[in-house]
Amino acid sequence: MVERRPLFSLFCHIILILGILSIAFPVWVALVATTHENTAFATGTPLWFGDLGFSVFSDLLSNQSTFNNSQLPITQMLFNSMVMALCITVGKLTISIMSAYAVVFFRFPGRMFAFWIIFFTLMLPVEVRIIPTFEVITNLNMLNSFSGLTIPLIASATATFLFRQFFLTVPKELFEAARIDGAGPIRFFIDILLPLSRTNIAALFVITFIYGWNQYLWPLLITTDVQYYTIVMGIKQMLGVVDGLIEWNKIMATTIIAMLPPVIVVIAMQKAFVKGLVDSEK
Amino acid sequence: MSSQAVFKNKWLPVALISPQLLITAVFFLWPAGQAIFQSFQLEDPFGLNHEFVGLENFIHLYNDSNYLNSLFTTLKFSISVAFLAMISALILSAFAEHIVRGSMFYRTFLIWPYAVAPLVAGSLWLFLFDPTIGVVAELLQWFGVNWNPTLNSAHAMWMVIITSTWKQISYNFLFFLAALQSVPKSLHEAAAIDGSGPVKRFITISFPLISPTSFFLLVINFVYAFFDTFGIIHAMTQGGPGRSTSTLVYKVYNDGFIGLNLGSSAAQSVILMIMVALLTVFQFKYIEKKVAY
Amino acid sequence: MSVKHLTGLAVAATFLSAQVHATTEVEWWHAMGGNLGQKVNEIAADFNKSQSDYEIKPVYKGSYAETMTSAIAAFRAQQQPAIVQVFEVGTATMMGAEQAIYPIHELMKATNESFNPDNYLSAVTGYYTTNDGKMLSMPFNSSTPVLYYNKAMFKKAGIKSAPKTWQEMEDVSVKLLASGAQCGFSTTWQSWTQIENFGARNNIALADNNNGFDGLDTKFKFNSAPFVAHIAQMAKWSESGIFKYGGRQSKGMPLFYTQECAMTMGSSAGLAGIQENMKDIDVGVAELPFEDTLISTPQNTIIGGASLWVLRGHSSEQYKGVAEFFTYLSSPKVQADWHQFTGYLPITKQAHTLTQQQGFYKTHPGTETAVIQMTSTKPTVNSKGIRFGNFLQTRDIINEELESVWSGDQSAQAALNNAVRLGNEQLRRFERTQ
Repeated sequence: MVERRPLFSLFCHIILILGILSIAFPVWVALVATTHENTAFATGTPLWFGDLGFSVFSDLLSNQSTFNNSQLPITQMLFNSMVMALCITVGKLTISIMSAYAVVFFRFPGRMFAFWIIFFTLMLPVEVRIIPTFEVITNLNMLNSFSGLTIPLIASATATFLFRQFFLTVPKELFEAARIDGAGPIRFFIDILLPLSRTNIAALFVITFIYGWNQYLWPLLITTDVQYYTIVMGIKQMLGVVDGLIEWNKIMATTIIAMLPPVIVVIAMQKAFVKGLVDSEK
Repeated sequence: MSSQAVFKNKWLPVALISPQLLITAVFFLWPAGQAIFQSFQLEDPFGLNHEFVGLENFIHLYNDSNYLNSLFTTLKFSISVAFLAMISALILSAFAEHIVRGSMFYRTFLIWPYAVAPLVAGSLWLFLFDPTIGVVAELLQWFGVNWNPTLNSAHAMWMVIITSTWKQISYNFLFFLAALQSVPKSLHEAAAIDGSGPVKRFITISFPLISPTSFFLLVINFVYAFFDTFGIIHAMTQGGPGRSTSTLVYKVYNDGFIGLNLGSSAAQSVILMIMVALLTVFQFKYIEKKVAY
Repeated sequence: MSVKHLTGLAVAATFLSAQVHATTEVEWWHAMGGNLGQKVNEIAADFNKSQSDYEIKPVYKGSYAETMTSAIAAFRAQQQPAIVQVFEVGTATMMGAEQAIYPIHELMKATNESFNPDNYLSAVTGYYTTNDGKMLSMPFNSSTPVLYYNKAMFKKAGIKSAPKTWQEMEDVSVKLLASGAQCGFSTTWQSWTQIENFGARNNIALADNNNGFDGLDTKFKFNSAPFVAHIAQMAKWSESGIFKYGGRQSKGMPLFYTQECAMTMGSSAGLAGIQENMKDIDVGVAELPFEDTLISTPQNTIIGGASLWVLRGHSSEQYKGVAEFFTYLSSPKVQADWHQFTGYLPITKQAHTLTQQQGFYKTHPGTETAVIQMTSTKPTVNSKGIRFGNFLQTRDIINEELESVWSGDQSAQAALNNAVRLGNEQLRRFERTQ
């Protein structure tokens, strides 16, 4: 730092702590809510823990209390979410890194056209083209399958674009040196480019894992078999109770369970994530 | 890009790029084509009767005050979210940048809302904002605000704006912090010797230097508010009360998926696609320029 | 673990598909959340146990709207379930899709299943029956709006009995406010309780063509004087605190739970939720108020809720299963149990009688109110139901316009005029796509 001013520094800490607290506030209230009986909320939400402890969590996770109507226990939903998120992540990273490699390190007819086509998909969310896409999925007989849940979501330009940005910064000399050593395109890719891309892969892993985990409308539409329900779908269904009772304590518990995996991923891989994300935009 | 060295291989690149192209064609271009086709049709929900109606769906939208209102709502919402999320992130990052020890700690605790699903965020905040049982609602009532997002459209709008902002602060924070940290220390030192304090230095030195990042974030925040907030609106207000929180994307979903007005919904999708194409060209040009420089 | 788990799934899947040969599977998509969903699963499981030829597979598909849209999308892709639960406002849309639906009366005939439409409560089945008396879908969960009131708050205000007319609603509310209550009454499902059922209860038409039963060229007329007067009065009450709006659908219920409002109008099926949320509070159930300047003996109310539609494109085996399941579902025992557990109306006379015999209404005061309200008069053209295409959108339009009245942005007349105009646009679009 340029100069030392202890008071100013203290002020900085206070502002940041206030920021952290206000950002964490909803989760605090949610956590508190899980320790109360559902009827406790009728007279206003409590701000301190009740006497249920973790029993709502343990009931949910040990599948003793299936929430709402879903015939599917919460652990199975978590498993589905996990499979879906991982398949999307792995698939997306694989096809993106391949196509970025093709676009940057090769010249072939239609290269720019292909790149533009991919780029066009950058911002076209599923919600906007949901019904036509659904019809395509059915024509391909992919309803109620993990392939239907994942494959349509693995093509996204974001990852391709970020890899391309990174590949463009790879020094020319490295490429020349590899060629002089007699490395072909595949060896160059595996031995040199992949290790160099570690940070970017990690960052994209975080981004796409979160993207995959957080999907809602897509799985809702293309799964008619409860076996494929994901945890995020479960929450919306708990909120959409008709003529019945919204079980806030269970919803909040499920909400916390549903956000834990992606939050853990982002915090655990924080360093690579931040570096990869921020550097790629430079 | 022209300076990049390349391999002289003909078939390998095609093989490498084809999986992505194939998936794009099947799951993006084909449905997009179908949406364009549908936008010229009037159809019953079951798809049993079709009628070609030319541009009628588009003309109807053009004359529909609800559609224009929705556009206006989207702009109001997006500008508010972008503004609030960027300002709060900028403030937090400016303070975080001043801290010698523990900035990693703060980053960890600020980063996580990025990972929360929009729908989950909506459900969390809905619990706080519920007019009869919510904590925030109680607090507001204590201040004399008759908080009722189910009836008051301004309240509903604030509710979705705050939730959307909450989710986006992390992302902006990361970029602002990185940008601020890359401002050369020597500039600050020189200014400090001239006697300017931290606030003045921030305004005169840091802020101009991070303007490219700010501009980039502005685009990203707009895209986020336009497209990625569907889950938040869906969980919290379903576009209501009235149509006051129905953004363009939500309207496409609502008219097509709930209202089963497929022609109009498809026409709206086509309009959004055109907007996306324009945004894409814009962003592409911008980023290209940044790369060259 | 994941590989092992996946293998496990695969094995389970093979096992399940091997079972298919033994029984015919029939998919049933429904929108019953919470404890209602569990009850649905129970019913299906009991039916599956009761015989070995068919297996009903209930699938929860989200909200009513999501369930209906998913089924339609699935039909377009030839992946439709055999049975789908469609809410009452989707009735016209389903009816219009003649090539997609398999009317119940045809299904029962084709499968030689004994079926007597006269056993069903006409106030319930009327909604789902053509003008010449052919039943198109199987009523499942039907409710009707009633008035709930907080007995303790009534006592505090010195009120002896529940209000019967809208005039009494006002008088009672004024007393309640004077005794310290924050609000007199609230309402849920405002289009259903304050427009559709205001028409039925007071025997005035919502639209021409016998509320849409007679043809597609229907035009709305719920901007006529009685409706405008009612909405204008509610707007006035909303200013003075007599009435408080709590949101669409049943979102306004917490106003009643938290004892902010002493009365609310809501679905008769909401009683279980009320009892759950107000454990130590005595809640009374009364019939929906009527306007005594319009009618001296109020009509029955119209139903809400949903019915089960059968979709075409399945094997005759499966349809046989559907027919048997519907017979099972209509049996007095199942119906009485469903009625008692959920608060939905019994769909057959026998189920009502059985419930009486079991003494349920005596031990559970208030549960019979809705049934009496529905059956004490013969339904008229204005009270037997409504049949409007795209009515889901029109309900949204009504919601939006009424909300602008409650917030003071629009007069009742202007809002209802708008709603009628926009609603008619929906009807014309529906007419064109048929």
